[in-house]
Amino acid sequence: MNETAVALPRPTGGRILAWLQNYGVYAAIAALVVVNIAITPHFLTVENLRTQLVQVAPVVIVSLGMALVIGTEGVDLSVGSVMALATALLPLYLGYGAGPAILVALLGGVAVGLVNGSLVAFVNVQPIVATLCLFVGGRGLALVLAGGRLKDVHDVTLLNLGSSSVAGVPLPVVVAGALTLVVTGVVRRTTFGRQLVAIGGNRTASVLSGLPVRRVLLLVYVLSGVLAAVAGVLATARLQASDPSSLGLLMELSAITAVVVGGTPLTGGRVRVLGTVAGALLIQLVRATLIKHNLPDSVAQMVQAVIILAAVYAARGGSGR
Amino acid sequence: MTTEQAATDAPVTHDTYALGRRDRVFGLIQRHGATAVLVLLLAVGSLSFSRFPTTENLGDIAITSSFPAMVALGMTFVIITGGIDLSVGSVFALGGVLAAYAVRWGTAAGLLVPLAVCGAIGLVQGLLIARVRLAPFIVTLAGLLGARGLLLSISHEGATTYLIPHGSLLARLGQGRLFGLGQPVYLTLALFVIGAVLLQRTGFGQAVYAIGGAEDAAALMGVRVARTKIIVYVLSGTLAGLSGALNAARLSSGVTILGTGMELDVIAAVVIGGTLLTGGAGSVSGTIAGVLLLGVIQNLINQIGDLSSSYQQVVSGAFLAVVVVVQTYLSRARRL
Repeated sequence: MNETAVALPRPTGGRILAWLQNYGVYAAIAALVVVNIAITPHFLTVENLRTQLVQVAPVVIVSLGMALVIGTEGVDLSVGSVMALATALLPLYLGYGAGPAILVALLGGVAVGLVNGSLVAFVNVQPIVATLCLFVGGRGLALVLAGGRLKDVHDVTLLNLGSSSVAGVPLPVVVAGALTLVVTGVVRRTTFGRQLVAIGGNRTASVLSGLPVRRVLLLVYVLSGVLAAVAGVLATARLQASDPSSLGLLMELSAITAVVVGGTPLTGGRVRVLGTVAGALLIQLVRATLIKHNLPDSVAQMVQAVIILAAVYAARGGSGR
Repeated sequence: MTTEQAATDAPVTHDTYALGRRDRVFGLIQRHGATAVLVLLLAVGSLSFSRFPTTENLGDIAITSSFPAMVALGMTFVIITGGIDLSVGSVFALGGVLAAYAVRWGTAAGLLVPLAVCGAIGLVQGLLIARVRLAPFIVTLAGLLGARGLLLSISHEGATTYLIPHGSLLARLGQGRLFGLGQPVYLTLALFVIGAVLLQRTGFGQAVYAIGGAEDAAALMGVRVARTKIIVYVLSGTLAGLSGALNAARLSSGVTILGTGMELDVIAAVVIGGTLLTGGAGSVSGTIAGVLLLGVIQNLINQIGDLSSSYQQVVSGAFLAVVVVVQTYLSRARRL
């Protein structure tokens, strides 16, 4: 009986929900921009747009990795700790120059991703538990490496990453944009992308049809780790200091929020890269709007909570479950 | 044999007849591994540090562990139903601030207001999860943000710290000692006994296990799935609020910055205690062992004076990883 009910054509309400699920984020962003142009002074200035984009860049980069992980029906709680680890590793190797230091920081992300991925792919631990280990341990390790102190960063090459611009666009934003394009390409145009989505849709079926499930899962978690490390490096460059005790705190929640608001279901089998970027932008815009109008942070957090629930409710309604 | 018979028979055969000795040993390790390691650590600690086995130090571990333990008790119920509650850290902090705020209207208000508000947060989350069928992960993530927002708006964006007057009944409740141990320790023990009875000896407890094992099957067998789930989240919210209120009473103030990341520490303790995140298996006694284990690790690292407290996180994380890997292998070996 249930099957027939599902197969019947949807009433108009269902179609609206489905539309909301697919394009709701973009519509919400458009609406917010229009509202802001109307009521917020100095909203359309270059300076303001630059600030907003620079602030959102690290979240976007981390969210890209998170979207891939969630597409495989997983989740990566360790991303904030990876950012802390990256920022702790940077000053240790800056003596060899900015290039090697950044490389080491990214390798830290790879290492964390390998541990997460091995636990998930080979030991079959639930992703939430597997990444919880490094969520707890990763930041501790970063603090141990840094000696628990905030260190100022003086390396010019590294600082330029945070402050310089390409054709007027700040470098972190350029990096975030480029990575978005790469990840979109990977998901849409490569075998790896198809396999990733297939595993999220039905892992057992993927194993039975001969997909390299373990290899793909391992690679997905490594990618998430590297992207988080990139975000950590960029954030360090912008802060001009390495502060492993606070960098990336609650980043896992922001990234999951961006992915979910962007319309990627937590149940896997679907990745919406552009939706994820839009999700991150939407949350940033909401916060900025509230702050610009002197509404306190407490209200911003509660509004964010409502947005998450609304987004998930729309997604649920659209998928007919 | 009908399906209903098979379903009711399954737990019995699972535990008694069909298992060989190897399976029983594995099952024992899975259920009591945390307790065994805890005993081992206590022995090693007592032999290595003269200051470790003093009553004062052990009492210290007991009182600092009692607050996360209360939160972990509620979390155990939630996780056994196959859910998760990420909001407990924020709710814990909110409970503390509410207690310190409401104590102006008397001790009863100082306890009841946080319990009522935090229970209500649990109720809303439970309704969204059980009735609207949203994912627990997302609902409680929103709860985390919402509760933190509420906390900030009560405390004027964290600028105001409400104090609990010294010598007031609420402060004495949190700071008082009985036979050398802090009073919250006894309350925690009592709550755990109630929790164990509730989980093992009542229909509600059976429903909690049944839902975590197979929700659809439980629903078909007539278990009131939605009601049980709602109660479980109310329980978790209320316990987190109670723990926060007592902690505030102990500290004499509603500290606004507490509880960040606490949810994941608590989940770690529950998992170390042998409760499976997939639901359907776990115990309250394991949870208390898990919480104490993390508390003892922290205390031992503090004993090694020159190590920074960051090592505690590294050790806890590594320990969690080992436990998870061992558990996964054990449960797989038992199933084969």
